[in-house]
Amino acid sequence: MRWLRHHLIGIVAVAVLVYLFIPIAVIMVLSFNKPSGKYNLSWNEFSLDGWTNLCGVPGVCSSFATSIQIGIISTIVATILGTMIAFALVRYRFRGRSTTNLLIFLPMATPEVVMGASLLALFLNLRFPLGQATVTIAHIMFIISFVVVTVKARLQGMDPMLEEAARDLYAGPRQVFRYVTFPLVLPGILGAALLGFSLSFDDFIISFFNAGTLVTFPIYIWGAAQRGIPVQVNALATIVFLVALAIVLTAQFVNHRRRQALERSAVDMDTFSRS
Amino acid sequence: MVAVVPTAARSGASAPVAQRSSKTGYLLLFPGMAWLGVFFAIPFVTLFMTSLQAPVAGSPGKYQFGLEFGNYASAMAEYWPLFLRSFLYAGIATLLALAIAYPLAYFIAFRAGQWRSLMLVLVIAPSFASFLLRTYAWKTILADEGIITSTLNSLHLLPEGRILNTGIAVVAGLTYNFLPFMILPLYAALEKIDPRLMEAAGDLYASPQTAFRKVTWPLSMPGIVAGTLLTFIPASGDYINAALLGSTGNRMIGNAIQINFIQFRDYPTASALSFVLMAAILVLVFTYIRRAGTEDLV
Amino acid sequence: MTDAARAVEDLHLQNLTKRFGDFVAVDDLTLTIPAGSFFALLGASGCGKTTTLRMVAGLEDPTEGSIRIGEKDITGLRAFERPVNTVFQSYALFPHLDIFENVAFGLRRRGIKDVKPAVEQMLDLVELGSLARRKPSQLSGGQQQRVAVARALINEPDVLLLDEPLGALDLKLRRQMQIELKRIQMDVGTTFVHVTHDQEEAMTMADTVAVMNAGRIEQMGHPADIYETPQTVFVANFLGQSNLIDGRRTGTSGEFGVIEAHGLSFMVPSDRCFCSGSDVTLGVRPEKITVLDAVDAEQVPDGHNRLEGRVTDVSYTGVSTQYLIDAPWGQELIVFEQNVVVGDRCSVGDPVILHWAPSHTFGLDPAPGRGAGIDPEVIEAERVNAHLRVRGAED
Repeated sequence: MRWLRHHLIGIVAVAVLVYLFIPIAVIMVLSFNKPSGKYNLSWNEFSLDGWTNLCGVPGVCSSFATSIQIGIISTIVATILGTMIAFALVRYRFRGRSTTNLLIFLPMATPEVVMGASLLALFLNLRFPLGQATVTIAHIMFIISFVVVTVKARLQGMDPMLEEAARDLYAGPRQVFRYVTFPLVLPGILGAALLGFSLSFDDFIISFFNAGTLVTFPIYIWGAAQRGIPVQVNALATIVFLVALAIVLTAQFVNHRRRQALERSAVDMDTFSRS
Repeated sequence: MVAVVPTAARSGASAPVAQRSSKTGYLLLFPGMAWLGVFFAIPFVTLFMTSLQAPVAGSPGKYQFGLEFGNYASAMAEYWPLFLRSFLYAGIATLLALAIAYPLAYFIAFRAGQWRSLMLVLVIAPSFASFLLRTYAWKTILADEGIITSTLNSLHLLPEGRILNTGIAVVAGLTYNFLPFMILPLYAALEKIDPRLMEAAGDLYASPQTAFRKVTWPLSMPGIVAGTLLTFIPASGDYINAALLGSTGNRMIGNAIQINFIQFRDYPTASALSFVLMAAILVLVFTYIRRAGTEDLV
Repeated sequence: MTDAARAVEDLHLQNLTKRFGDFVAVDDLTLTIPAGSFFALLGASGCGKTTTLRMVAGLEDPTEGSIRIGEKDITGLRAFERPVNTVFQSYALFPHLDIFENVAFGLRRRGIKDVKPAVEQMLDLVELGSLARRKPSQLSGGQQQRVAVARALINEPDVLLLDEPLGALDLKLRRQMQIELKRIQMDVGTTFVHVTHDQEEAMTMADTVAVMNAGRIEQMGHPADIYETPQTVFVANFLGQSNLIDGRRTGTSGEFGVIEAHGLSFMVPSDRCFCSGSDVTLGVRPEKITVLDAVDAEQVPDGHNRLEGRVTDVSYTGVSTQYLIDAPWGQELIVFEQNVVVGDRCSVGDPVILHWAPSHTFGLDPAPGRGAGIDPEVIEAERVNAHLRVRGAED
């Protein structure tokens, strides 16, 4: 009883984590399914169809490629624009700071359906043809804010003395940026880019409003949901999930190793200073 | 959307150092802010204008400039139950998410030790699999012949005899999908609490329950406010869960906006609904923030 | 590294002033720091010492005044154009570069191609040659400190600025680094300007100490001179502890001035009396006073300053014993007595006689409140401590 009370919160925590992964497990398991009807909803029999013939169903791979393309372009543009804003916010004085902050905060607090609808209203009124360009424009728009907050936090967390030290050590303004500021902010920028890509790749609502006849991977899934999602989709989603997880875990592992090395050397130092 | 939340919640008041004032600042701001201005702010104006457009007589599906405030009245007359349902579903899902997220966030913040960063990765990891597919997976999990439904049915707990295609499934889907948005800000707030405060409370004769109520919970308030908002806002505008997991009787306002915009091409009605949704959310959020006594959001 | 031929020149600060809005951080400071000296700017936080340092480094622009090295005016030069380098308070080592690259940073920025010999020599000087490829985070505080010194010194600056360089270290390491820094300074012969709030640190390391208060220099000189002969109430209190008694100058007797205070008369050497009017604050350092049991009154040497009192607190600190003594007029005086003799100390309540040689007395202009220069927190802490001791609660 005592044991239970002490570990209750741990048990609940693990249960919640398991709960978070139940749908992932379902997606993975069903990627090895051979559905009995047109809907891949319940287990029928084992098959590798989804994995051996990833592009076997028309539209799956082309929509996947479209999403990757949109993701890469919008991530690059949004990361550059957002990083510039973050630098301006932390490093420069300018008028209209609170309006700027509001304009950065609002996209994160607006329901996607409203953003999608209002952007569509703009494109319709301008008679701008819907397609890959409009979707990319929309993605850049909603990624910028996330890049700004991530990079801004990193910049604010940086010791201002490091830049002073560089100036003191004969680095001119450009050199300070190139050799100190940028390398130190880079991890934040990369993290923001990774996040931006995953947001773009998985976005459905805003894309759907502004896609016209363009089919991204989520739009393909949406359409397929009505007539039955092919197993290939499950296989591709599984691959994406595992690749993303691998990237993040590798980053974690590298961090962890670095920290361990640090602790080890701290121990070295203790014995060293005692001798 | 997820990994950013703690940093966003954390990046608080630290004063900017060594600020320079020059043209460079404006040059850095301009392209990004122009993008947001043109593709985020101006669309709100066009959305508002579209919501007031009048149909062109004789050509259905065509609209022209107008000041038809009646669009709002007719849209609300038809769709007000969907608004109520959206906020009800989103509200229930937010409370459920808070109840589920708090123990996990607490555990990660105070008890996880060396597993802390791994557990945080695990919280974000499900987002790496497609949102639509994860929602679709709940169709399998909550299926009529599935374990969950049959168990609950044998206990006579389900009024309609099933979960799928009912409001329960929609709320379950919303709760699941936006859970990380609750966990991360909660974690960020809890992690900042010095665990010695709880020991101090214990030392000063507070039982663990009292210590939680008087110390931990109030100190985690910024996380609770941020988490509930970050869950409630997207949940109330969502239509994927209602479309995939509910029946026609469970449609939310997002469904109405989407259908009017894309299928019916009734742009004024759809725009009016979007505008009302945004306004309603803003009003709710600001009253909530005021009552919760936190201004510390961005 | 040691290059005796290298022309080092004095650092001159001329009417240096820095205002932040209405606040005057540095107030019309004029100062010459001799080439090759180890100079300490000592003061409490907010006294303007760090601002002075940052102006010399070029990280802050002076509102008025100029900075010269020898004949060369560097006031208008930017940080990276000055022959001045800084050891920052928290070291500010670049976390993304290893030790070698941190030390090489300044050389590389100045376009020097072959940095290896210089960096290695420098790392040897600070005894870190074996750690060249470690990252700063893998080093202990003391090692990081030495890297910061090496990184600055490798540029052979005319002046090396040290901003509270030992503040982040624990007491034992601080002592060690004080000696280490002194050694390095003697090796390289560069002018060191050291900013600190720690009087002991300043006195141990520097050959000249300037005590700063409210943007001005109160007193400057050799550490022993400042300690033995403080010239203002602030210095008397800030640098070590002092017993200060308010009195009036009534005459002279030979080389001594006579000060009447509370019905007693005290002698102060005329050359140790820095007072402009007849109101004089008389001072004596606690360790200069001898405590005698009242019954031993005849042991007081002739001509010594003396007064009677009653012991209110005795605390044994190992090296010495600290007495608090109530003077007849209610003022509390402090006395340190070396523990040369074991046992038989005065105890609380004992009537005692305090006496000291007139040559140890100094006379100052009275300052508003005898407490100038005393950290209020220290007073409070001492009061609480004394209270606890009285209750016997200290273990």
